[in-house]
Amino acid sequence: MAIEVTNIVKKFGSFAALDNVDLKVADGELLALLGPSGSGKTTLLRIIAGLDWPDSGEVAIDGENALSRGASERQVGFVFQHYALFRHMTVFENVAFGLRVQPRAIRKDEATIRARVKNLLDLVQLDWLANRYPSQLSGGQRQRIALARALAIEPRILLLDEPFGALDAKVRKELRQWLRSLHSEIHVTSIFVTHDQEEALEVANRVVVMDKGRIEQIGSPGEVYDNPATAFVHGFIGESIVLPVDVAGDAVRLDGRPLNIPALGAASGAAKLFVRRHDMAVGPAGTGALEGAIRHVRSFGPIQRAEVALAGSEGKTVIEIDAPRDRELQAGEIVSLQPRRYRIFAAQE
Amino acid sequence: MGLTLTWLSVIILIPLAALFLKTFELSLDQFWAIVTSRRTLNALKISFGLSFAAACVNLVMGTIIVWALVRYRFPGRRLFDAIVDIPFALPTAVAGVALTQLFAQKGWLGAPLAELGIKVAFTPIGIFIAMVFIGIPFVVRTVQPVLIDLDPEIEEAAASLGANRWHTVFRVILPSLIPALLTGFALAFARAIGEYGSVIFIAGNLPNISEIAPLLIVIRLSEFRYADATAIAVVMLVASFLIIFLINRLQRWAQARIPVH
Amino acid sequence: MSMQTGLATSTTQLRTYAPATDVSVAAPAPRLEIARAEPVAARRNPRTEPGPIRLIIIALAIAFLSIFVVLPLLVVFASAFSKGIVAYFAALAEPEALAAIKLTLLIAAISVTLNLVFGVVAAWAISKFEFTGKTFLITLIDLPFSVSPVISGLVFVLLFGAQGYFGTWLQAHNVHILFAVPGIALATIFVTFPFVARALIPLMQEQGTQEEEAAISLGASGLQTFFRVTLPNIKWGLLYGVLLCNARAMGEFGAVSVVSGHIRGETNTMPLLVEILYNEYQFVASFAIASLLAMLALITLVAKTVLERRLDEAEVPDGD
Repeated sequence: MAIEVTNIVKKFGSFAALDNVDLKVADGELLALLGPSGSGKTTLLRIIAGLDWPDSGEVAIDGENALSRGASERQVGFVFQHYALFRHMTVFENVAFGLRVQPRAIRKDEATIRARVKNLLDLVQLDWLANRYPSQLSGGQRQRIALARALAIEPRILLLDEPFGALDAKVRKELRQWLRSLHSEIHVTSIFVTHDQEEALEVANRVVVMDKGRIEQIGSPGEVYDNPATAFVHGFIGESIVLPVDVAGDAVRLDGRPLNIPALGAASGAAKLFVRRHDMAVGPAGTGALEGAIRHVRSFGPIQRAEVALAGSEGKTVIEIDAPRDRELQAGEIVSLQPRRYRIFAAQE
Repeated sequence: MGLTLTWLSVIILIPLAALFLKTFELSLDQFWAIVTSRRTLNALKISFGLSFAAACVNLVMGTIIVWALVRYRFPGRRLFDAIVDIPFALPTAVAGVALTQLFAQKGWLGAPLAELGIKVAFTPIGIFIAMVFIGIPFVVRTVQPVLIDLDPEIEEAAASLGANRWHTVFRVILPSLIPALLTGFALAFARAIGEYGSVIFIAGNLPNISEIAPLLIVIRLSEFRYADATAIAVVMLVASFLIIFLINRLQRWAQARIPVH
Repeated sequence: MSMQTGLATSTTQLRTYAPATDVSVAAPAPRLEIARAEPVAARRNPRTEPGPIRLIIIALAIAFLSIFVVLPLLVVFASAFSKGIVAYFAALAEPEALAAIKLTLLIAAISVTLNLVFGVVAAWAISKFEFTGKTFLITLIDLPFSVSPVISGLVFVLLFGAQGYFGTWLQAHNVHILFAVPGIALATIFVTFPFVARALIPLMQEQGTQEEEAAISLGASGLQTFFRVTLPNIKWGLLYGVLLCNARAMGEFGAVSVVSGHIRGETNTMPLLVEILYNEYQFVASFAIASLLAMLALITLVAKTVLERRLDEAEVPDGD
């Protein structure tokens, strides 16, 4: 089902958790809401679920106004960060809950409910845990049961709040792949909230990057990584080298010295130059835009990570770059650096 | 530490041992005769029966009070929260005379009730009222922290799964409160069974009708019938312990299924 | 099983809830949407009930507490002052009343002091050491809470009464325990024993033994460790236990009633005098004494609330 969120504003006191947010989600998408804590991503998810209400704005699910319905009438599957399993019920009863509380008129008979729960437990590969209580499960198992429970009501959309947040690193990786394949199997429109960029980029087809209650960028994982729309996105996703520069016309200057790179249309004035670590090409002294002395080199896997103190900064500006290991760098060596790809954003904020 | 044990046994163990020693002085027939005499049986029935009824009322009203105190904001909420403790803090004799005065035929509540033809003071209803009074903090104070700590997510989960509020409350929230509710019930029940001061003034103390077991013990003592008093005391003790044991068991069973954290 | 659980737990104020469930009082910035959405207002928060049900529950709670708890308390003061303030103070100035007040204070002083000392020792032993029979000891400490006060009195009659185990010996040596101050003190100590220990055990268990071990490793003696490290850590809990112990000691009726013999001017404590005067239809005098006890209860409650807040604050920094 498609979701359309228009002009949502939500304030907690004077703090704007969501500041005029618009978002369209197409049918069958697997979308990540990515942002630091306090960016409003969970609030947006809860508003879509009907667990919170916006101060103004509209939410439509499949073209119909969702705000006139409460959480229990929206048929939205919600997987809670801490799972919120009912601890006085067995795994089976947890999954069956949504079916058992349906109005009598449309409630399925016991056999149907049992069959359906069994299918869902098969789907999450935990049918053998049906008679256990939540306290007897591991974190990863609880997560999958919470998902099965949300799927039991045949949700029109599936919302997951930090679905892997409470799990340890290894289980987290496994579950990511599992969620991805599950989504391609059942194809229900899904939104998940995360503060982990790797998780968002790896699992979602589209990523919504949020900060301070606003959407900074919406795009495929490749887009947000390779073409960050704002300084925030560039800084938040992937590791970046950030240098304070001045733009005058098409000229870019660092500490007053020209860098000999085009300004790419950035407005004149104070700005920030963003370069990915691996997009900084290392060459012999005198051949690039920047020059510096290598202070320290660590090599691992296919790369070597070098700390470079930039010339002209009296050793104050030190950046980290990743270079391929085709030529071993040495501490003390003077090298030049040339940004292969970069972005320049005006410095306000 | 040795000192502690010594002190404890002096102050607690020896007196209790005396109670059982005294009972063993009776032959089984004598014991049985005392315990099954009409007056004793009726006193025990009144004590246990009314205590049970009062504990049930406390369970329901206590839950409602906890709900109001924890979930809602209303003027005077903090004051009423503090008021719940009064039955704990008020000396039982004071509670006893106050309740009697309140429900006596010319009392603030007794008069209007009398017009409706309901007599409270000096009847079993009076005993019941005093037991309700004394028991209410037990349920409130055991359930309150559990409801406060209840994870809000589980309610939201129920709502998102399509449960209406009724379902959420009765199938999700209340079952999570069961261990606390049972404990509160047991504490209120046990307290009401043993209660003396707040009950005897309002009770009327008619043998077989409104005479509670603790009062019968006092009466037997004043008649110097120590054996009778002791036998009744032992029955009360054993019965109370059985009840507490049973409810502890139930609670542990419930808790095993619903770990607190 | 302990009643102490009940007394001790009203502390945590609704921190967990405050932001999410703010349903009734706070009417945040007036917005048009509220008016428009009024019919669905009940749905707004999935964690609360429809307005009318809320009102009914609040009304039930307030009505119940008012009728069963507030009214009896008011009756005490209303009856005490029913013949005017002069009659009230005249009743309190009666020699009988003064004797009862004096005796009550004496009994409280004795039992609180002894239970303070032994409560601390018992809590110390239980929380800082491992030994066999510990569970038994804890059960034993709770015992007086689960026994009817009348039975608590009865056991002392069985021990020291004329037909009691030590009765003959006591009579022969002309020692009066029953129907005298020692008997009342013993019964009071018995029923108030658990308060101090119960207040301290969880506190001391939570604090563990690290600080004591540090003190000992720094060369402190056992007593120094206790007075300089342990005691400062438990002082609020100790005060809390003493407060409740004192309230119960002054107000105890059932156990004392059995052992006192009701000798006027000699073995009547305040609660016993309330009973006697009430049964003699001296209502003003009875309720005058009762009003003092009620005041004691109210002061205890206020002090308890303040202490609970202190204990709560003390717990927060090292909690979790």
